[in-house]
Amino acid sequence: MLSRVAERVYWQARYLERVENTARLLSVFSGLLLDLPPGTKLGWNTLVQITGTDAAFYVKHKQASERNVIRFLLAENYGLSILDILALTRENARTTREVMPTEAFEQINELYYFARENAASGVDRGKRYELLEAIIKRCQQIWGLMAGTMSRDAAYSFVRIGRALERADMTTRLVDVGSGNLMPDVQEQNSAAESSPEPYENILWMNILRSQSAYQMYRQHVRFRVNAADVVRFLLLNEEFPRSTHHNLITLTKVLHRLPNNGKVSRQINKTKRILKDADIEKLLRRGLLKHIDNLQLEMANIHFKIAETWFLQ
Amino acid sequence: MRVNWKTYNSGGFFDELISSPGHARKPARRLASYLRGLTHEELLQKKTAAELAIKTMGISFTVYSDAGNIDREWPFDIIPRIIAQKEWSYTDEGLKQRLRALNCFIHDVYNEQKILKDKVVPRELISNSGNFRKQCVGIKPKYNVWAHICGTDLIKDSDGKFYVLEDNLRVPSGVSYMLENRRVTKRVFPELFENYYDIRPVTEYPAQLLETLSSLSPRKLKSPEVVVLTPGIYNSAYFEHSYLAQRMGAELVEGNDLVVEKDKVFMRSIDGLTQVDVIYRRIDDLFLDPSVFNEESVLGVKGLFNSWIKGNVALANAPGAGVADDKIIYTYVPQIIKYYLDEDPILPNVPSFLCIDKKQRQHVLENLDKLVVKPANGSGGYGMLIGPQASKRELAEFRRRIKADPRNYMAQPLVSLSTVPILGDRVVEPRHVDLRPFVLQADKSYVTAGGLTRVAIVKGSYVVNSSQGGGSKDTWIVGDN
Repeated sequence: MLSRVAERVYWQARYLERVENTARLLSVFSGLLLDLPPGTKLGWNTLVQITGTDAAFYVKHKQASERNVIRFLLAENYGLSILDILALTRENARTTREVMPTEAFEQINELYYFARENAASGVDRGKRYELLEAIIKRCQQIWGLMAGTMSRDAAYSFVRIGRALERADMTTRLVDVGSGNLMPDVQEQNSAAESSPEPYENILWMNILRSQSAYQMYRQHVRFRVNAADVVRFLLLNEEFPRSTHHNLITLTKVLHRLPNNGKVSRQINKTKRILKDADIEKLLRRGLLKHIDNLQLEMANIHFKIAETWFLQ
Repeated sequence: MRVNWKTYNSGGFFDELISSPGHARKPARRLASYLRGLTHEELLQKKTAAELAIKTMGISFTVYSDAGNIDREWPFDIIPRIIAQKEWSYTDEGLKQRLRALNCFIHDVYNEQKILKDKVVPRELISNSGNFRKQCVGIKPKYNVWAHICGTDLIKDSDGKFYVLEDNLRVPSGVSYMLENRRVTKRVFPELFENYYDIRPVTEYPAQLLETLSSLSPRKLKSPEVVVLTPGIYNSAYFEHSYLAQRMGAELVEGNDLVVEKDKVFMRSIDGLTQVDVIYRRIDDLFLDPSVFNEESVLGVKGLFNSWIKGNVALANAPGAGVADDKIIYTYVPQIIKYYLDEDPILPNVPSFLCIDKKQRQHVLENLDKLVVKPANGSGGYGMLIGPQASKRELAEFRRRIKADPRNYMAQPLVSLSTVPILGDRVVEPRHVDLRPFVLQADKSYVTAGGLTRVAIVKGSYVVNSSQGGGSKDTWIVGDN
């Protein structure tokens, strides 16, 4: 497989996963914020922070109002909205048509046009849920199509690598939100009130689980009621849940073995896994997870660089 | 309202489906009666369905001037064009004959130059040709074939017969649209395929192309490494490059994916370097190799040309093949066929006047407003003059250009291009068409069943190029049953 094509397939998968995750976040947060008592620090700006788009956001908007944030993440043309990421997905799909199933491009193409025609309606709360659900479902349909029709060759390996790395990264961002790293004031409350968490904190964790369709699975794994340490452990460390960081690092290792010259990438993944597993979650939660998460994200960025160095056109 | 063939009038032009108001030609009768059974609204619904299919299937082409808008949907008319198998059989033969002769000519021009010595083709036409590559002199490609893939443009005149308008021997495009047009038409008119007609399928082209390309491989391998070389994702024909690569299961490469080491060509893959045997190149000669041709080319591969000369890689089409698709050489093709094959040409040329000849030039200059003037190396309909539709200023401009550089121009009478019905907003209306079949040649020859029909969508227009507002439609070669 050509290095250039491998790179485009990888990004196509990363972007598609990012579209799905962003849609999931918007959907869950739109519901969550209705549940929270007024005066909580968690607000629409949190969404911009999770997606790491705050710098760009505040160039354009003064206030993180619902309308502004939704428009920014759904439709606005700053390279960061669902629509923009979809355009990138489509461009990568358009330029890898020779290795991907025809229907995959067609569905990505359709999804792009669907989103472009309907993105504006998402600002309206009444129509937002429906729109985001449709986007998520179509993404899953595309993943399903790839899984059901692609040979387990190099192209499919790069699809899996792109998706796994994007997922692993996104999950750490969600943990970031839940643990209060993005809300300095709340963090103090957290550490003071570890034994009796604020009622909304549970709601928050529950919704974070929901955003990853993880609530049900969490319930089956952890019989205990929703609490910070268990959720963080589940999202970061659970080996079986397909959206947890650890599961995705394991996937990366598995897929990697099908590709040539995987030594460097493999070592970097192992290093990341060690950092992930060796962490004492309880202790970290008391002190704030910020540094740990930053560290993990940095190591995952390094996985990307090693992948690029090994297989992409330099 | 239903389709009414009685009000359909091609205004004196030869219409391929309807011979006179209300009367369909024999091969088109079933189609005409089927369409008569539909209301115009039903047809428009089918048109919308086709347009949606084209959009989702991502059938697109690029227009350079549309900054920001990379790809545009392919303009398509749903009513198929019908050609009888009987007529196609001799056309098919004529196309193969023509390409065989052209390949003899190219090989001769770069080797013994017998035809020049025998003064059948004037030597100065070659020495002045913008498409003659002196670097190719003395080279003998496999089977002595230089142009492996040819797109020949055919038109029908008022007598209803096919004439050759031009031969495209460099990087002819359009075949992917021929294939996709069929896919869309099957979705729109499945019942016609099932019950009405015996339509020759077109889908075998990519397999035929792969077979042709594989046969060129210098290494004797069961499945040689064949790649399609594209200028990149912003090229107007990128869709086609990727389409053909996909259908052949070949890698689609850009210049920087390839590297030459020890006169062998390799591609940079995730396993490291993989040797390439055959390159179906979709970039122009002059951009192929910066060390031999245009040194500023960033699309090409350094050392590629040398690797080809040494016989380590095959290039299709071979560099220099364009020497025969010069519009001036075109006028000599009937003599070329006779010279090399000792056969009479099966397909006639459109009569042409050479501006380099004093007498003919005089005729051209005196009748400029009745003629079509073409530059020797133009393509895509650019740089052409359509006399009857030109302004006084345009005529004066061409008069000046012809006098300044007569070698570079030829002229033809304005052919009364045939028409076929297209679906207009209110009624079915006649529009002018041409046809581009694709011809393959290596050790064997192959011609597509039909080809790409291009339609001038604008009423009365003769310009069928997609870059200038042309559209296309499916072309059916139908059996007698």
